[in-house]
Amino acid sequence: MTSLDTQRRKDAQQSKPVRSRGDSTFAGLSTGAGILILLVLAGVAAFLVAESLDAISAPAEEIAGGEGVWSYVGPLVFGTLVAALIALLVATPLGVAIALFITYYAPKRIAATLGYLIDLLAAIPSVVYGFWGLAALAPAMVPFYAWAEDNLSFIPFFAGPASATGRTMLTAGLVLAIMILPIISAISREVFSQAPALHREAALALGATRWEMIKMAVLPYGKSGVIGGSMLGLGRALGETLAVAIVLSVSGGITFNLISSSNPSTIAANIALQFPESSGLGVSTLIFTGLVLFVITLAVNMLARYVVNRRADFSGAN
Amino acid sequence: MAKRIDVSDLDIFYGNFKAVEGVNVSIEPRSVTALIGPSGCGKSTFLRSLNRMHEVIPGARVEGKVVIDGQDLYGSDVDPVDVRRQIGMVFQRPNPFPTMSIYDNVVAGVRLNARKMKKSDLDDLVESSLKGANLWNEVKDRLDRPGSGLSGGQQQRLCIARAIAVQPEVLLMDEPCSALDPISTLAIEDLMTELKDRFTIVIVTHNMQQAARVSEQTGFFNLNGVGQPGRLIEFNPTEKIFSNPDQKATEDYISGRFG
Repeated sequence: MTSLDTQRRKDAQQSKPVRSRGDSTFAGLSTGAGILILLVLAGVAAFLVAESLDAISAPAEEIAGGEGVWSYVGPLVFGTLVAALIALLVATPLGVAIALFITYYAPKRIAATLGYLIDLLAAIPSVVYGFWGLAALAPAMVPFYAWAEDNLSFIPFFAGPASATGRTMLTAGLVLAIMILPIISAISREVFSQAPALHREAALALGATRWEMIKMAVLPYGKSGVIGGSMLGLGRALGETLAVAIVLSVSGGITFNLISSSNPSTIAANIALQFPESSGLGVSTLIFTGLVLFVITLAVNMLARYVVNRRADFSGAN
Repeated sequence: MAKRIDVSDLDIFYGNFKAVEGVNVSIEPRSVTALIGPSGCGKSTFLRSLNRMHEVIPGARVEGKVVIDGQDLYGSDVDPVDVRRQIGMVFQRPNPFPTMSIYDNVVAGVRLNARKMKKSDLDDLVESSLKGANLWNEVKDRLDRPGSGLSGGQQQRLCIARAIAVQPEVLLMDEPCSALDPISTLAIEDLMTELKDRFTIVIVTHNMQQAARVSEQTGFFNLNGVGQPGRLIEFNPTEKIFSNPDQKATEDYISGRFG
């Protein structure tokens, strides 16, 4: 007791709050980890800016294509966004539906197996996806593209002429969709399964059917998680390199035509394909496109954060 | 609006485990019926079987009959969803939908039942339901704010408003005050006394003073031992239960001499 009193008096003299060593060690470690990630991010950004300065300041006619960096990167940005958007539009509803099936509809054993299989999709290397897209999906899509050209050509997306190989923007987008499906469905599954029983019961007690219960208590609760999962998926789709490089038949610039064989490349695929043959200003130009991709990804993530936070009061987190 | 509930030979199972056995009881309309008893005696299970909410747990089933106004709730052609639309429920912990505003919480059940309703009718319904739950004056200026921003007692009254907005025939309350402070508890108890003119109310409570204060009839549930099914030991007017119960077990429980 006396020693404790002495200790207290000593602490009071030093006027330091009492903290255990473990607590301060852990606080230091986690703060360090947080700072480290900021440093890495700043380092990458600094590298990209520094290395792309040459390309930005170079005269327009010296850049590949002869019209300056912005004209060079424009079609690539367009291709990147279109491919990623197709992937997102296909994978998000599918991923959410799979997650709902696993959490609220499937019998337990089927749910566990299916969840495992979906997770397995994430473990397949992207080069395998690329090869599958080239050798299996693309030929399989050819009849559909021909049909779309004949019947749907009034929609700009299906204007044609249809690709004979199937190596189109739509095929690339679909391959990307399958690649990001496990991310979206895994995160959606996680948040859906954590929808509080309290609120699910509230909906059921009001006479909600299972689907109505999901609409009232599960989807609103999981919304921010689904958006977060989609953004992670989008990030992967934006940056995916090998699969797109293998699948997409590249020639030409900006077009909304998704079924032809002349498509803009994507930033990441373009870097992978061009880098081995580039030197000097060419490398700097490619790094500049990488910087643009970095900025796009950052903007997408900030937009997603904004969307999630806009109705934070109603998020269910309080 | 208020309906009588007749329960006969009701056994409730979770899988192979018999949780409640042989309940026979008649619950009067326009009155408050309290169910008391030790934890795990099956009173909540019994309450949830009155609107088929216990079926939310996989493997739950019943044998016997629950008849409301001549209709067997467990008839083969009865959809549990319809049962729950007629029989409202208020839970132990306040559970307004956190992603909905106060307004949307109140009309949540109504939107399930009748999708098309004029805005002015909805507004009236929100006002009358919140008034019915004694909450209108506290929230009328912030109906568009999330229900989860209210205090615990207000949230529970919001849940009551949500339950009575659909004009149910019966209102089931599963320990509605156990997470609330004494003042909020008093507010809910007053509310029950008002609501019993319009609804048949069944309440599960661990608070025996509460049962004595609010109810006309009281049922005492007990079980012989762990793993044994719970039984309705005694069902009598509240006054009799608390002054001169028929069963020794009831007297032991309410006087605190319970094993």
